[in-house]
Amino acid sequence: MGSAGRVVLVTGVSRDLGRRFARAAAADPDVARVIGVDVVPPRGDIGDVSFVRADIRNPVIAKVIVKEDVDTVVHMSVIATPGSAGGRNTMKELNVIGTMQLLAACQKAPGLRTLVVKSTTTVYGASSRDPAMFTEDMEPRRAPRSGYAKDVAEIEGYVRGFARRRPDVCVTLLRAANVIGPHVTSPITSYFRLPVIPTVLGHDARMQFLHEQDLLELLLHAIRSEVPGTFNVAGDGLLMLSQALRRLGRPTVPLPPFAVGNVGSILRSARVADFSPEQTAFLTYGRGVDTTRMRTDLGFEPAFTTDGAFADFSAPLAASGRPAERLLAGLADRLPAADPTPAGSDRG
Amino acid sequence: MADAEVIPIGTRGRPGRGTGTAPSSAARGLAANGARPAPKPAKKQAPKKQSAAPRPKPVEEAVVREPVTTDEPTPAGGIPAAEWLAAFQQAAAEVFGEEWEPQLARFLAFLRRRVTGDYVVDEYGFDAEVTERFLMAALRPIAQKWFRIEVRGVENIPADGGALVVSNHSGTIPVDGLMTMVSIHDETGRFLRPLGADLVFRLPFVGSMARRSGATLACSEDAERMLRNGELVGVWPEGFKGIGKPYAERYKLQRFGRGGFVSAAVRTGVPIVPLSVVGAEEIYPLVGNLPSLARLLGVPYIPITPFFPLLGPLGLVPLPSKWLLEFGEPIRTDEFDAGAADDPMLVFNITDQVRETIQQTLYTLLMQRQSVFR
Repeated sequence: MGSAGRVVLVTGVSRDLGRRFARAAAADPDVARVIGVDVVPPRGDIGDVSFVRADIRNPVIAKVIVKEDVDTVVHMSVIATPGSAGGRNTMKELNVIGTMQLLAACQKAPGLRTLVVKSTTTVYGASSRDPAMFTEDMEPRRAPRSGYAKDVAEIEGYVRGFARRRPDVCVTLLRAANVIGPHVTSPITSYFRLPVIPTVLGHDARMQFLHEQDLLELLLHAIRSEVPGTFNVAGDGLLMLSQALRRLGRPTVPLPPFAVGNVGSILRSARVADFSPEQTAFLTYGRGVDTTRMRTDLGFEPAFTTDGAFADFSAPLAASGRPAERLLAGLADRLPAADPTPAGSDRG
Repeated sequence: MADAEVIPIGTRGRPGRGTGTAPSSAARGLAANGARPAPKPAKKQAPKKQSAAPRPKPVEEAVVREPVTTDEPTPAGGIPAAEWLAAFQQAAAEVFGEEWEPQLARFLAFLRRRVTGDYVVDEYGFDAEVTERFLMAALRPIAQKWFRIEVRGVENIPADGGALVVSNHSGTIPVDGLMTMVSIHDETGRFLRPLGADLVFRLPFVGSMARRSGATLACSEDAERMLRNGELVGVWPEGFKGIGKPYAERYKLQRFGRGGFVSAAVRTGVPIVPLSVVGAEEIYPLVGNLPSLARLLGVPYIPITPFFPLLGPLGLVPLPSKWLLEFGEPIRTDEFDAGAADDPMLVFNITDQVRETIQQTLYTLLMQRQSVFR
């Protein structure tokens, strides 16, 4: 890595996480230049990043890669929601065709050394037949047939094909758990930001989160350390959905599973939150991924646990009413005897 | 219209019912004896004389009573706060005993932790606190008082480290799994982590409760992961074939799956502890099945017991059979070499050995048992 400086190409810089990663990469001393690519210009300040307005769906991107002598490509423009792209067809085209074109361009670029693709744990699906913790070698129990999960599965297929055809390029595929943080807008964060939160009656999902800062650190770590392979990335520990909602302190409405889909489509058409079928499955059954390989092989340690990431995310969100908690707190204050045992230590 | 009959409402100023000269029918019914007509007409005179005695005296004018009033508009206003506090303290002392203040404070702290979500679950969704405080506490009386469970061979369960408890399965509803969990927790202090069929996790409420109490899906990945982490894992290899078998086939072990539990144990090198449960077969004697309805609902069977659809929800009360749980000697798997788990012959042999052990122990226990309910 002791080269004069690397040239990093980042796709998807118009979105917040892409833009912030591009800026963070530009601040890295090892990196000489960062080129941000997207269809629309980024909304915020991109600092030293040079922006190229190009559609990764057409071959212009190949010219950019060759002309700028790019040696590292970070692919972040896999989008999760049809809402932001303007329809499911556009979303699929951006995700799948865009990745195909990008990888085709990468294959033709002789100077390319590293490819980092940000994927997601959605690729494992969520069902009642899932093992508790998915490791990287496991497949989803049912192959996804539509939506984001299918896009991601196809993208991962293309990335694996690319890794076979260009064994000299270090390909790192990062399956990140749901990214969460005060600045993130994603299906799961808009779900938690709803004033009244619908849940699936009788089910409680297990969830893992990755803090937004950890995601940026992770991508920087990936381009620095150049470890090929597929890695699950998530904060330590798990939260149950019910537990997360209690910590959030927002009222919830348990709905039968069929109604969740209906409410979801209403919310989607109102552009409030996105309830895709895979999101509903996730909120019903949840998912856990095993992150042993992230520590041992990739050598990455997230700064935030799942707990911590959620706490950081929920801090700016005002609790809209916690009558039960206030009542209990009031009772505990009235009680003359102080609790002799600290919280949590009185159980066997 | 002209000959419309005027039906008087009220008593037209005369004394009302019960105060007039003639007793009302209600008053006659209240008369001590003889108001009822005699069975024989020959004694017709006698009751009439008797009934005359308790007849109330004619009252000439209505008794004027003072209206009953209270000084306080609401009853709560009259009880001072100090009395409320004293009553509360007395009630708390009654419920929690002499040490009620720290007890109550601890209970409140627990409630607050639950309400604010300030607790920890493990990667399978197991919530030790709520399992111990609610599930175990609720099941313990059933185990001890209703089924009078007698546990034998507890010393065969390792005090720490991974182990696989393999048990027979019976009873139409997997009550035996719950009772095994309680018994093992009470005897050894360890939590049994059951492996459940995917139907369990598909059902609402049941699935989330199962995860909360420590269960996970019966698949080789989860089983091996738990055993590697040193958990005490429980498995019922007969599955639905075991709990859904007719009463006539009680205590006949069904096929033990494909022996996946043996490969998991061999791969992780943990001992297999055979467990024989006697008594669970009789709690809901399964005498019939509705296969077509079951297929429609996507469940393995719809049970018919002598009481279940007949008595409605009352039929869900299990019969109070006497239970015996015997843990057998552990079967060690750590001396096999690495590839042994993939050797089908070896896996079948161990599966058979476990199955035979449980079957023989079942027969022995059945011989020792005095009757189903004692």
